[in-house]
Amino acid sequence: MGPVRKEDNPRAEKTSIRLRVNGEDVEVAFAPHKTLLEVLREDLGLTGTKHGCELGECGCCTVLVDGRPILSCLALGVALDGHEVGTIEGMADGAKLHPLQAAFSDLGAGQCGYCTPGMLLAAKALLDEVPRPSREQIKAALAGNICRCTGYIKIFEAVELAAAWLAGEPAEPPKESIYGWE
Amino acid sequence: MAGNNGSRGRGLRVVGKPFRKVDATSKCTGQTKYADDIVFPRMLHTKLLRSTVPHARIVRIDTTKAEEYPGVKAVLTGKDLPVAYGAMPVSEDEHALAIDKVRMVGEPVVAVAAVDEDVATEALELIEVEYDLLPTISSIESALEHPEPRVHDHGEFGNIHRRQVYEFGNVEAGFAEADFVREDLTFYEGSTHLPLEQHASVAQFSHDGKLTLYTCTQDLHYLHKALVKVLGLPASHVHVIATPVGGGFGGKCDPFQHEIVVSKLAMITGRPVKICLTREEVFYCHRGRHPALMWTKTGFKKDGSLTAMHHRTFLDGGAYGGLGVATAFYTGTFQTTTYPIPRFRVEAVRVFTNKAPCGPKRGNGTPQPRFAQEVQMDKIAEQLELDPAEMRKRHLVSPYSYVANWIRVGTIDLGTCIDKVVEGSQWKQRFRKLPYGKGLGMACSGYMTGAQTPIYWNNMPHSGVQLKVDRGGGVTVFCGSAEIGQGSDSILAYIVAEVLGIDPFDIRVVTGDTDLTPVDLGSYSSRVTLMTGNAAIQAAERAKELLSQAVAEKLEVPEARLTFADRRVFDLENPDKGMSFIDAVWLAESKFGTLSTVGSYKPPAAKGKFKGSGIGPSPAYSYTAAVAEVDVNPETGIVAVPRMWIAHDIGQSINPVLVMGQVEGSIYMGLGEALMEEMAYRGNRNVLQKSPSFLEYKSPTTLEMCDIVTYLVGNADSNGPFGAKEAGQGPQLPVAPAIANAIYDAVGVRIDEVPLTPDKVLRAIRAKAKGQEGRYGPTKFPHCDMPAPIFVPTPAEGGDGKPLDRGPAPGNKQANVPVGRT
Repeated sequence: MGPVRKEDNPRAEKTSIRLRVNGEDVEVAFAPHKTLLEVLREDLGLTGTKHGCELGECGCCTVLVDGRPILSCLALGVALDGHEVGTIEGMADGAKLHPLQAAFSDLGAGQCGYCTPGMLLAAKALLDEVPRPSREQIKAALAGNICRCTGYIKIFEAVELAAAWLAGEPAEPPKESIYGWE
Repeated sequence: MAGNNGSRGRGLRVVGKPFRKVDATSKCTGQTKYADDIVFPRMLHTKLLRSTVPHARIVRIDTTKAEEYPGVKAVLTGKDLPVAYGAMPVSEDEHALAIDKVRMVGEPVVAVAAVDEDVATEALELIEVEYDLLPTISSIESALEHPEPRVHDHGEFGNIHRRQVYEFGNVEAGFAEADFVREDLTFYEGSTHLPLEQHASVAQFSHDGKLTLYTCTQDLHYLHKALVKVLGLPASHVHVIATPVGGGFGGKCDPFQHEIVVSKLAMITGRPVKICLTREEVFYCHRGRHPALMWTKTGFKKDGSLTAMHHRTFLDGGAYGGLGVATAFYTGTFQTTTYPIPRFRVEAVRVFTNKAPCGPKRGNGTPQPRFAQEVQMDKIAEQLELDPAEMRKRHLVSPYSYVANWIRVGTIDLGTCIDKVVEGSQWKQRFRKLPYGKGLGMACSGYMTGAQTPIYWNNMPHSGVQLKVDRGGGVTVFCGSAEIGQGSDSILAYIVAEVLGIDPFDIRVVTGDTDLTPVDLGSYSSRVTLMTGNAAIQAAERAKELLSQAVAEKLEVPEARLTFADRRVFDLENPDKGMSFIDAVWLAESKFGTLSTVGSYKPPAAKGKFKGSGIGPSPAYSYTAAVAEVDVNPETGIVAVPRMWIAHDIGQSINPVLVMGQVEGSIYMGLGEALMEEMAYRGNRNVLQKSPSFLEYKSPTTLEMCDIVTYLVGNADSNGPFGAKEAGQGPQLPVAPAIANAIYDAVGVRIDEVPLTPDKVLRAIRAKAKGQEGRYGPTKFPHCDMPAPIFVPTPAEGGDGKPLDRGPAPGNKQANVPVGRT
């Protein structure tokens, strides 16, 4: 956002809060009506968090607050003072992709990529809690995240693959999910 | 160079392998910049005041208070953008902001640019618009019944935008040869793309008079043309950058009002101007599936072969033309590509209504007639007491042949596709044998791999590629294609890597930029892999030739013996004799100077020589067979689809994991249309969308998605790059009819209307229980005066592709369309 002249926008009075974002403490000032989604995207420049409806209907804007997935478009920024926020930008371990990110990349589980950040964070929250989820548990955990490209199949397979990797297994994706059935 | 296999002397190293997409990690780490992620200093934000009424004259617009509101920098109305535009030259009926009249709820009327979105939104509330309401046109029937008031002054007459009538061979003679003739009515409801990304655009205008627009578009070239026209700027001063598209499916093909508005606002204010639509506004943009009411009359013999088909479609086009003329053509093109239909008459009528404009959603104009055709095939099989899978397989179009409407198909492996899904689903053991409530259904389809004709007539390539070879052994590929998630950027990298024997990740891809990249016509009609792929092969082969000459001279090996693989150039007969790709580049640059090559692609000319013959022909056709399994609850009518089997004839996969993704995504979108998605409107007079939100517009979540067993089959098509055909649209076509046919197998009722919702299923089950016809679907078909057909003798009859100058065939004059079925 460009600088806003005060006389142009009398509501530009800002509130300041502290957050721990992706493991780093930040102090951020913003108009108090802003959602966490807006604070992340507009005031912290973390545009990896996407929006598809801003009404809590699509799941695109999912981030982790204290490790739990929430819809950042429905959370007020000011309500999160002192909390820990995890976004897609903080998911990789330095230059090393999180196994979920690697599995999504290998299987083409992100096509247009717009639901992908939210989907990855929702999947991470699942695996943090249930290390080897069943297909049904994966479906339930991701039911609030809409994807219009993939039909979800490659997403399910990627979560299963990443879960195996996280468990230390040298797993490979099933041949059928890459080449189809014989 | 079409169909060139650029890997002479060795097997494929990249093509056919499941490499990551070139943008995969960027998308999985949040680094990809979509249009709404772009921010510039001093950037203004735009909001649009949209019409609250469906059809009215604009009496007065007062923007004075908004202009004076603190923080507002500019206000635009229709008079500021008086030039009409539209996606197709034949129906340029749109304005960026309404002039004199509004035609739908949600049509933009006034635009405000302000220092932030809140200020712009508040300013909208200060604008006064006075409307003089007009009666509304709300449906196909109301458009036909009410020629007045006209939604548009253009079009044929009344509220009929367009009528098309073609007859390929004498269909009445075909019906006379038939053992049986069936007539069926079907309705396919409209639906929308629902991309996750809401449309967004950012415009900049420089003081030397150049406009740059960043926007999420599938068709930057056509958008560029529209901007030039409406804004009156020289084409060389307009720069369109297609940002990665967060979901397209056809919904980001047309030039949109907001793209023009922010461009104009940037020109006026001299500041960057952004807009990001709300989800509700995305529903107003629409351009989705046309609601289609269809009548299909088909003659057939006892063995299930077809003798003739006469198909008529009424399309509810909504408020504007858009790409609807093309949609209308596509309702009558591909029926002939699967099972031979020796004589084919097709009629399409597109009407204007006061609804959001329809347009090109995945499969543009073809899922509707394919639904009608495949459900009818199921009924024919039942009538003849044949197995519908065997009946289809017994009568298939021959590879590399011309069909009745002058389409030439290439490879066709539909027979193998049918075998695969029959075997996988245990069709023979289970079809017509499952307990009540459970069923299997089959459908097949054919689809083009790229439209043969561009949207505006010209003789230039459809796709261009420039290639720059770096001294560091990298290669940069420039192409005007638009990455919408299908993997078009990656396809370029894979193909160039295959030809030059390097790694796909040695390649940098620059796409979607009208200043930097040669024209590609855009991400529509399943054209991108085939057309950019062939252009890329040509450019890469030319680069390879330069490198080969230099290396051959140095190594004293004949050029024909040189092979490019593993980042090396070497003698095929003595692989140790060779050099690194980098050394080869240094040699070639020393010999020839800067290394850069180009490639172009234009589809082969079509043989049909009648008006409209450019729509339908394509360099290659993909084929799909699908079997759906359903669980129908006879108490509630709820249909669950636990599993589908799908076999897709892809020719040759450039990357199988991406093809799998397109097939699975197509099933998903087909499942949504089949079971729940509905672009529904309230009441008759208000013509207000019922569900313009993610929550109310029902689409499948993870919980509704079915399991899929996918088979990729096929033989390389001589027109495809490395033999590849399309995968992005064709696999959707059989989904809805396969499910409808499975419902019949499960509970014995025919649902001839999409979506196959519980209320319809239940009504049909109850009707059947009462001894009435177990069917839900249209029972009436409206009348419309039709012009005499363009009559074209078929290839089988010895036609030359030209129309015959003759009046309507006897008995054919006014298609006699009765109610009900034979």
